[in-house]
Amino acid sequence: MTERLTRTEVERIARLAHLELDDAEADRLTRQLGDILTYFERLREVDTSGVEATTHPVSAGPRMRDDQSRESLPRDEAVAGAPDAADGLFRVPKVIG
Amino acid sequence: MTDASAIETIADVRAALAGGGSAVDVCTIFLERIQERDAALGAFTHVASDTALEEAATVDARGADDPSQPLAGVPIAIKDNICTRGLPTTAASRILTDYRPPYDATVVERLRAAGAVILGKTNCDEFAMGSTTEHSCYGITRNPWDPDRVPGGSSGGSAAAVAARLAPVALGSDTGGSIRQPAAFCGLVGLKPTYGRVSRYGLLAFASSLDQIGPLGLTVADVAAVFRVIAGHDPADATSAAKAVPEWPSGTATKTPAIGIPWTLLNDGIDDDVLTSFRTALDTLRSSGATLVDIELPHAAYAVPTYYVVAPAEASSNLARYDGVRYGVRAPLTDTADLTAMYDRTRESGFSDEVKRRIMLGTYALSAGYYDAYYLRAQQIRTLIRRDYDTVFSTVDAVALPTTPTTAFPLGQHADDPLQLYVGDVFTASANLTGLPALSVPSGNDSSGLPIGLQLVGRAFDEVTILDLAARFESERSEPIGRPPSLDRSA
Repeated sequence: MTERLTRTEVERIARLAHLELDDAEADRLTRQLGDILTYFERLREVDTSGVEATTHPVSAGPRMRDDQSRESLPRDEAVAGAPDAADGLFRVPKVIG
Repeated sequence: MTDASAIETIADVRAALAGGGSAVDVCTIFLERIQERDAALGAFTHVASDTALEEAATVDARGADDPSQPLAGVPIAIKDNICTRGLPTTAASRILTDYRPPYDATVVERLRAAGAVILGKTNCDEFAMGSTTEHSCYGITRNPWDPDRVPGGSSGGSAAAVAARLAPVALGSDTGGSIRQPAAFCGLVGLKPTYGRVSRYGLLAFASSLDQIGPLGLTVADVAAVFRVIAGHDPADATSAAKAVPEWPSGTATKTPAIGIPWTLLNDGIDDDVLTSFRTALDTLRSSGATLVDIELPHAAYAVPTYYVVAPAEASSNLARYDGVRYGVRAPLTDTADLTAMYDRTRESGFSDEVKRRIMLGTYALSAGYYDAYYLRAQQIRTLIRRDYDTVFSTVDAVALPTTPTTAFPLGQHADDPLQLYVGDVFTASANLTGLPALSVPSGNDSSGLPIGLQLVGRAFDEVTILDLAARFESERSEPIGRPPSLDRSA
């Protein structure tokens, strides 16, 4: 954690995030994210031992509903906003060679 | 009909309709103002003139005095990250260029059912990530009080629209201060309701455990009126709370509320004018019957780093859905490009810098080896911040602090230093991390005439107490807030 973020690490994170960064961007992000991570170091000052994590601020708890089928969005409307759709399906580049 | 230029608030709209004016007339007045003034401001990303006039005509045909339509004929502007059926909804991102959703967000559905007229969509920072409205694919929005300054953000278009009287009220969304900070910068009232109070169904998710939709307006009464329409349980949002929507004004407001002031949080980094206005506001509250109590919120000092771990982590997951498949645009591809290249290039060209920065930050914080040190720790500190508030709310009815450490700053000031911008969320982020309701109400102006906001934070699901307090403050505050100087030049 105390080691400065490296450019190699930034490239690894970009692959995980599906972002194709150019060189200048990768350099800039290495610097900026490094600064931000350094700023985050102050979180280590807080004693969090035994403290439970908050995932949602207001715990409504799970609620059950009846398991009934109901009308959903018509298929042609559901794909209407897609960049490439045909026959009510989303079209993507070939996945299997 | 009364003088058209005098119609600014919901109360003015109601008076005009009661006096024989039509909803179409009212809508036309606001559309004409947008036409005249918005080129210089950039508040709107889309003006829905045709559908707005149709909606207004429907109100006229039905009559504006139906009690089931509390917002009959009231024009409203909607932040561009809230789904509006058939109208562009892009969250100001290139990746959603021209996207028109096939459904209305629950809040929009409720506004329509209440008779409101949707004027159009307003500019924001891309996916609500920012506090200046400079990170938008549509370009910047200017502050009506000073065109060389930011309106705040991310709901900057909504704030600028209301401040310039282009809409009586608007919806924004608030993940770390994105309603309250632009409300403060533009001299408005802005409410972030309790997490779970207002449905998030149809809000383009940024950070799902922090996001809330809320209103911005010129008066507390206007904000409360819109809040009551959009609040309430919605089965379509699993985090929406099954609680009755309270009446407002409550009629039960305590005459002697206790208000907590976390003075140690206010030690440094605050403009003198902001602090002076805050002290004057406290005097006003005290002389109207409030008791002021010194309180400690020891973990609130960690709100900004905690927030900037949690929010980007959730964003990196939420924004995974923008991949060039189901909505928006896909980057041009060569014949040999595979699925991964399609994802990577679409996201690279579709997102701009601030969004990429936060996706990268969030992906890092969630990645193997770092999860415990960043994300888990931040979620634990979140618990500690909530406990601090729980403790003080056993003795006070509300917490008061400035909304922002500064007034509206010049455009471009923080272009190359994102961290400097992030620390500006110091007073607002806690309410999102804890889920507590919070509002900003104008408290005065700085030496340049720019507005300053007083923030009130309440107990969970007790928006009524802070609205009551804000309304009393609004009627008793010593300093007039004034109007953006540009309004009187163009009038």
